[in-house]
Amino acid sequence: MSAIPISWYLVLSAVLFGLGVVAFVFKRNVITIFMSIELMLNAVNLAFVAFARARGALDGLVFVFFVIVVAAAEAAVGLAIVIMLAQHRESLNVERVNLLKL
Amino acid sequence: MLLLDHLWIILALPLAGAAINGLFGKRWPQSAVNSAAVGSVSLAFLAAAETVREFCNLAPDQIPFVGNYFTWMVAGPFRVNFSLQVDQLTVVMLLTVTFVGMLIHIYSTGYMAHEGGYYRFFSYLNLFMFFMLTLVMAANLIVMFVGWEGVGLCSYLLIGFWFLKKSAADAGKKAFIVTRIGDLGFTVGILLVFAAFQSVDFGAIFKDVSQNPRSETLLTTICILLFTGAIGKSAQLPLYVWLPDAMEGPTPVSALIHAATMVTAGVYMVARMNPLFSRAPVAMLVVAIVGAVTAFYSATIGLVQTDIKKVLAYSTVSQLGYMFLACGVGAYAAGIFHLMTHAFFKGLLFLAAGSVIHAMGGEQDMFKIGGLAKKIPVTYWTMLIATLAIAGIPGFAGFFSKDEILEAAKSGPHANLALWLLGVAGAGLTSFYMFRLVFLTFFGKPRFDEHKVHVHESPKNMTVPLMILAFLSIFGGWFAAPKLIGGIDHFEKFLSPVFTAYAPQAAEAATASAESVASPGMALLSALTGIPVIVAVLGLLLAWWLYIKSPDTPKRMAQSLRGLYLLLLNKYYVDEIYAALIVRPLLWISTNVLWHVVDEGAIDGVVNGTARVARESGSQLRELQSGNERSYATWIVIGAVGFTVLLLVLLGGMR
Repeated sequence: MSAIPISWYLVLSAVLFGLGVVAFVFKRNVITIFMSIELMLNAVNLAFVAFARARGALDGLVFVFFVIVVAAAEAAVGLAIVIMLAQHRESLNVERVNLLKL
Repeated sequence: MLLLDHLWIILALPLAGAAINGLFGKRWPQSAVNSAAVGSVSLAFLAAAETVREFCNLAPDQIPFVGNYFTWMVAGPFRVNFSLQVDQLTVVMLLTVTFVGMLIHIYSTGYMAHEGGYYRFFSYLNLFMFFMLTLVMAANLIVMFVGWEGVGLCSYLLIGFWFLKKSAADAGKKAFIVTRIGDLGFTVGILLVFAAFQSVDFGAIFKDVSQNPRSETLLTTICILLFTGAIGKSAQLPLYVWLPDAMEGPTPVSALIHAATMVTAGVYMVARMNPLFSRAPVAMLVVAIVGAVTAFYSATIGLVQTDIKKVLAYSTVSQLGYMFLACGVGAYAAGIFHLMTHAFFKGLLFLAAGSVIHAMGGEQDMFKIGGLAKKIPVTYWTMLIATLAIAGIPGFAGFFSKDEILEAAKSGPHANLALWLLGVAGAGLTSFYMFRLVFLTFFGKPRFDEHKVHVHESPKNMTVPLMILAFLSIFGGWFAAPKLIGGIDHFEKFLSPVFTAYAPQAAEAATASAESVASPGMALLSALTGIPVIVAVLGLLLAWWLYIKSPDTPKRMAQSLRGLYLLLLNKYYVDEIYAALIVRPLLWISTNVLWHVVDEGAIDGVVNGTARVARESGSQLRELQSGNERSYATWIVIGAVGFTVLLLVLLGGMR
């Protein structure tokens, strides 16, 4: 089995991360922004896994587990906030959540 | 225990008095303030007297007696100890200052009894005594300078004692600033002394200068710089302008500070530095000329003044001129002698004038007084005695000292006939204006409304000091009396170690030869009928004729000599000239250049500019903090990309 070179994984990871960043910056829908964060996290996970496998070490995998756990917790809290937001504002547009701005 | 080993006690007493009254006096009754103030000064006088008694038992090789208390500052070879010394010159100053100071403190308890700020007055007065004693007991120039500046400070505080009165506050500032001009020279002089002798201790300097000759230019420069300080402090031409204005202060202050003690500090300093001055003939000549010209010049102003205290102020300037004339012609002992007798009779004159002002309820214009002789006899008689003394009438203290000065100017080692003539003319004028003062104040008809002004003799605590000083104004000069009948001048003999120990050889010989002239009877006769006495009597008669015999003549003379009269009345317009030449240009530069350009433009500009940069950049940077997470994210991305690129470039560069 000819191994796929690590650079391919890294390029894929970078592309996914970049897509996440772009989506985060330009999208207004709070759900989409949430998804773009998940995309970035998983892009990083991919890079970790790729490195772990290439180097035959476990520490990258450990990181990935942590990230998945934190992401799950974050999703739980974040989606709760999104629901409250939707109830109060009847909108998912982040531009309109600006009560604390000057 | 010998008090001589604890000289600092003499200083500590008035300082403690000042501190006690300054800290607690506000809540105390006047009697408590009195006992702290007068008590501390009286104790200082007793301590000084005891010190002098012990001093007289010292062997000649123990003199000057120096007490070293602590090392004050050390910087490389520059080393200053806080040390005090006692020698014959100090003894004279010490007794004069503490005794006259004590009398004036007692007098003040009467004079100031109805004034506000009673405790403050006595606190300042005690502080003054402390600094004055520091000045006269100092064993080096730096400690002396502390006293020198300290008395200046107290002078400022006391001239401006009634600081709510603008003229008094201004006079205080004027005194302080004008004397500071002289002090600049004094400071440079001290530094130059250190540069030349590597020491500021009197003993070391004098020993050095008598063993290792220095160039005359150097010594002349030093002496003239030191003398500049004396010009400011002792109100000589051209820096005398502050002293007449200083009369804004309470009268006891005028008596103590601006007649008897502080203003004589310059004379004391010149006498103290005599080993340097004696080796700088040019500087001596400068001292003599300034003294003689001032003596004559300010006497002419005194002729036409109408304010009783102003007459005395110009008279003080004039008498200080005589003291400098004495120092300038090498007769230091005569100068110090006149300093002492002057402290008696001029202190008395001021106190008596204060008593007159007190009796008149504040009137100072002599043309609005008159005819007081019967009403306030003690003041009248004491003031008359003081006037006879200052005029140089034989038998009174001033006669002996002034005669010695003029004698030295005529036939001493540095005799100068022109200066002698100025001195003699000044003596005539002195006699005239002093008797004019007495005649206007005490004789003739009262020129005030007798129903309104309740003329009353002053209380005992004011008149007793007057009587004691009157006694001294007569007998204080008799130390020198034996000289007139062929004996020795005890005062001069007492002081001679100070003035001969380090004197140059030539001068010593000259003094010795000058002493061995004149047979006894001739000396007495010539002194009693000498020109100064004749001139003084002429001044007296002229004053009598003009102000008692035909009182209309002065007015007619003022009319016919209107130009001269106005010139004198306006004090030669010196204040106006100084204002035009120095004060106003300085104010203009201060206002238009230093204030509006340098301060407002440059200094405020830098400060405000810094603030504006911070504010402007802050308001610009504030825009970044928009509260919009997506813009933050953008910045994070830009930053991350930027750092990554930088890292890659750096790593690429290293490889």
